Amino acid sequence: MLERALSGSAAYKRLLGGLLILMGLGLAAYITQWEHGLMITGMGRDVSWGLYIAQFTFLVGVAASAVMVVLPYYIHDVKVFGRITVLGEFLAIASVIMCIMFVLIDLGKPMRVFNVFLYPAPNSMLFWDVLVLNGYLLLNIFIGWNVLEAERKGTHYPKWVKPLIYISIPWAVSIHTVTAFLIAGLPGREFWLTAIMAARFLASAFCSGPALLILLALIVRKYTNFDPGKEAIDKLLTIVTYAMLVSVFFVILEFFTAFYSNIPGHMETFKYLFVGVDGKHALVPFMWLFVILAVAGVALLLHPNIRKDENLLVAACCCVFFSMWLDKGVGLIIGGFIPNPFGQIRQYAPTVPELMITIGVWATGFFILTVLYKIAVSVKEEVRG
Amino acid sequence: METSRRNFLKIGGLCALGLSSLEVAEAFAKSQTAKFLNNPQAVTAKRWAMAIDVKKCWQAEKENCKDCIVACDWAHNIPEIPVQRQEVRWIWNEKFENAFPDQESSLEPEEIREKPFLVLCNQCLQAPCVRVCPTKATFKNAEGITMMDYHRCIGCRYCMAACPYGARSFNWRDPRPFIKKINPAYPTRERGVVEKCDFCVERLAFGKVPACVEACKSKALIFGDLDDPNSDVRKALASRYSIRRKPGLGTMPGVYYLI
Repeated sequence: MLERALSGSAAYKRLLGGLLILMGLGLAAYITQWEHGLMITGMGRDVSWGLYIAQFTFLVGVAASAVMVVLPYYIHDVKVFGRITVLGEFLAIASVIMCIMFVLIDLGKPMRVFNVFLYPAPNSMLFWDVLVLNGYLLLNIFIGWNVLEAERKGTHYPKWVKPLIYISIPWAVSIHTVTAFLIAGLPGREFWLTAIMAARFLASAFCSGPALLILLALIVRKYTNFDPGKEAIDKLLTIVTYAMLVSVFFVILEFFTAFYSNIPGHMETFKYLFVGVDGKHALVPFMWLFVILAVAGVALLLHPNIRKDENLLVAACCCVFFSMWLDKGVGLIIGGFIPNPFGQIRQYAPTVPELMITIGVWATGFFILTVLYKIAVSVKEEVRG
Repeated sequence: METSRRNFLKIGGLCALGLSSLEVAEAFAKSQTAKFLNNPQAVTAKRWAMAIDVKKCWQAEKENCKDCIVACDWAHNIPEIPVQRQEVRWIWNEKFENAFPDQESSLEPEEIREKPFLVLCNQCLQAPCVRVCPTKATFKNAEGITMMDYHRCIGCRYCMAACPYGARSFNWRDPRPFIKKINPAYPTRERGVVEKCDFCVERLAFGKVPACVEACKSKALIFGDLDDPNSDVRKALASRYSIRRKPGLGTMPGVYYLI
């Protein structure tokens, strides 16, 4: 089936070409990092994880969200999702690959990464995260590919795929739970030390991922002959709406605990993020943009015309996706390091090469996604003939 | 033809996987603990700990005495990195409000507010850095010292996120050009790995006290076995009131401050 990725319209090739350019720029920046080390980033002894790990955290959510089409289709027999499950699974593949890349580029000694398997450390959440992420990647490759191939041949997928599909459902929950545990169990990082971290991660995953999937489905419908179906998009929209409301609710819960308890360690990061402390407020604009987009997203999602007016739908999905990206891909990880263990505010800003590498990884993910979607859509067009 | 090529590739892949797993099985079969003898001169303890007598520290003959810091920097080839956020530190000075951010009232005696407090790795009994390390590159030795294997560390910096004391440093760049004079008795590090104070485990092996303890002319740094009631540390703790950094986190630090 791979050969279907090699031919395509001029627009398809232009898109891949554009992504390749961004990937090349990212690679050039990464070669600089390989030569000089992580000194070329804005990270330091106070904010020791930056944009890379923040993108990783966010993208684990996007990957996990595939379960939101797989679960209703295979467990609750929601037939309208039948046409787009493969889109969800392929989105998961691209996202997990980005996750793995973001972890690898963040390592000081990437050539030693296999030490994680040579000297397994079950007490480390990172060890488990490596296992569940790679497992999830393999599951989605096997499932997505076999189901699509069966569709092409007009047969039912092999029997052994079914148990994998059932395993993939709790597995999706596990990748995001373990990623939340990565940061939620550290003494002294009060901003992260919250029991609802995993729940918050899942809620934000289940709105940002399906929101992206809706946007992708609309793009696919516009540029190809494959129609994912209005009902499928409506169903996804319901999921996005509930998950977004729960996400916003969880953020409010965090505020309540921090400020009603009045414990300085729990309040300090929120103050830094939303109003700034000691005249230092680099992330304040981002966090208020998050608030504005989140409120706008909720308002649009609850608008009575959202199922009729596609412009509203696109705007709502963009608001949801970008607000959740700001919350998790910017504020959550970086905020956890500010103030530092000495109670000082040491700010972080990514450098140009760091941004180029980050964009390069995103471009790689979208390149893989484009190729996979091209294959899936070609098969679907062919079958419907 | 197509299916047979596919099957060939599938079987080939499985064979490659099987062959490579042989290596892993072999590695597991071989893994036995190394046998070696301790240096007979070595000093040993159940749990090494330190008490810092801040009064004595402040009564040093010199103003702004940094003897211990200088001795440590020399002993461990610590680079002087010009960019603050990329600095490598094993032992350094902080103000009371920074070393003890949740214990200050801002009404302490001026001496306490203004004079320096030495900070270093706390050699926690329940070390979060050891708990989170995905490769066991940071680990506890039999004498309670949290150690680093610079050759195993993958540089993920999870330990830095986990340490509540900011005691860990990452080599953001190659440290070697920034070492003034290299001490051949201790390895220099490469870029990309984390490091921190190891209570001079390399000196204890030869019966010597840590470099900072030896360098302090005021005898402000008291080093010994926390599990031995007759050790200097235990005697000091029994006779004076002491505090530890962030005791509420349950890390059980092994560095005490005699106030």
